[in-house]
Amino acid sequence: MGRFIARRLIQAIPTLFGVLLITFLLSRLSPADPVKLMLAGNSEVTVEDRQRLMDALGLNDPLPLQFVKWLWQLAHGDFGQSIYYHRPALDLILERIPNSLQLSLLALLITLIVGVPLGVIAALRRGHVEDHAIRVVSVAGHAIPQFWLGLIFVLTFAVQNRWFPIGSMNVVGEDCTFCWDRVWHLMGPVLVLSIAGIANLPRILRTEVLEVISQDYVRTARSKGLKENVVVAVHILRNALIPVVTSFGGILVIFIGGSLIIERVFNWPGLGRLTFEAAVSKDYPVVQAGVVISSVLLIFSYLLRDITYAWVDPRIKVR
Amino acid sequence: MATEAAAAPLPIPAKEVRRASAGLWSDAVWRLRHDPTTLVAMAVMVLFVLVALGADFLAANFFHRAFSQQDILSAYDKPSAEEPWRWFGTDELGRSSVVRLLYGARVSLFIGGFGALTAFVIGITAGLTAGFFRGRWDDLIVWLVTTLNSIPTLYLLLIIGILWRLEPLPFALLLGGLGWLGICNFSRGQTIALREREYVLAARTVGCGPIRLMARHIAPNILPLMIVLAMIEVGQLILTESAISFIGFGIQPPTPSWGNMLTNATQYLSKAPWLIYPPGIAVVITVLCLYLVGDGLRDALDPRLRGAIGAKR
Repeated sequence: MGRFIARRLIQAIPTLFGVLLITFLLSRLSPADPVKLMLAGNSEVTVEDRQRLMDALGLNDPLPLQFVKWLWQLAHGDFGQSIYYHRPALDLILERIPNSLQLSLLALLITLIVGVPLGVIAALRRGHVEDHAIRVVSVAGHAIPQFWLGLIFVLTFAVQNRWFPIGSMNVVGEDCTFCWDRVWHLMGPVLVLSIAGIANLPRILRTEVLEVISQDYVRTARSKGLKENVVVAVHILRNALIPVVTSFGGILVIFIGGSLIIERVFNWPGLGRLTFEAAVSKDYPVVQAGVVISSVLLIFSYLLRDITYAWVDPRIKVR
Repeated sequence: MATEAAAAPLPIPAKEVRRASAGLWSDAVWRLRHDPTTLVAMAVMVLFVLVALGADFLAANFFHRAFSQQDILSAYDKPSAEEPWRWFGTDELGRSSVVRLLYGARVSLFIGGFGALTAFVIGITAGLTAGFFRGRWDDLIVWLVTTLNSIPTLYLLLIIGILWRLEPLPFALLLGGLGWLGICNFSRGQTIALREREYVLAARTVGCGPIRLMARHIAPNILPLMIVLAMIEVGQLILTESAISFIGFGIQPPTPSWGNMLTNATQYLSKAPWLIYPPGIAVVITVLCLYLVGDGLRDALDPRLRGAIGAKR
């Protein structure tokens, strides 16, 4: 297992390198001139001063050298200073990550609690009303834009009826993580996020269950007189769930990518909203850090998924 | 089909007379003609495209409103059936929601369609060549796909949105340039499996070059499924476009798109709640129909489902 994890970690390095390269190139291709931004409104600057500032900032270095220097900075945790907050960009982001994780992990949990039974029911009742209903729900879940669902939620349950708060994490003045107030604020965003997951999981699980159901060992289990519940829980579900682990990758992409939109709709102070607000105020270092960190989160979740997969299905390690 | 069989008198006439043996495409058409769900979804899509193409004509002759025409006196008017342009209500400037929806359809459908076409071309080229040649080129493509897959698309679009202000055409190209990963992965996998087959070896022994092998012997076998994926990609891209335009970094006003119409609607949520329904429902219907068409096409085109007519699934 240790060797597998090590190999998988090494494989993540070129991916991370690619992510950093793309982010770096995008910032260099930018038509916005950082020197001009810094000197805005200062009319006494001569061409020589400009050149000296360019030199001091390293903007006259060849691109590869600039890239290496930037990587060196990142390796020391330096993502630059936020123009808006006058604080290190990394600190700002690290403060917000727990808030975002709260959303995605809870949504993942709800996806599992609701999605697994739905997938099993769809497979066991194949061709019946339940199966068709679940299929309709999952297709609809794919077609409805997350943010629009969020908007409808806000409009119906927060604006027209005051059942839920319009946004944010806590009522003003209260600041707690484990209290009714937080649960109340979490409900909207988590519900909307998990609907995206619930659209995905049952369809994948249904296929897997159908595959397992026709296996010999399931027939054996039935023929030796085991109760149907035991057959489903022990013999079918345990084996069908293995490939489902891989689908977590896709679901996490939806959650991490979706955070940008959902946190905007529900005004949730997480990584997504920070990056969005930084983008609005042209706070480039923070946006850049937001993109890099969200990608790192994604690479990390892929890694975690593969390790879980190898753990539940040891055949994978050999490959 | 089941009803036909039930109504037929005994003895049951030979079933196979109903059609001559056919190739892949005519067979697919035959199958589609017997699949009402897919046909309805296709009809809706055709209708949407026609309405979007005829937006100018409809706005001038039926609604009598241009999409940017303001009318402060009738700002925040509720939907009403009086005049056609009031059907879906008006926004804060008294612009007609239904007319803006038509023009939004134009932008959104164009971006979805053209973007998916781009994704299709890039994805199938990259996937075919990577799977066929393997080696360094394959490594490069796989690395590119993994890398792009590891950056959340919306975050990447956000960073691009700060740096450039994109018109619909470059925006469609950009979305296509980010959306080819799935098609590439799939066609690469299929190509790797197909290139080991006997008929490919046979073609190789009679002297076919790599381009002919890919174009004549491998591509036709993976094309149908890729078309289905591209169809679903259209829906995906429409969703992505609406999301990024919604947060204000996609298509910029005054060009209406379904996404930026919703941005506008959120600002007047309590004053004009009806504004958030039409663009959202338009997206849902479009994407839903595209999924259904994709699903139906897969059933029609996938040779592995052959002979299982009537016993679909």
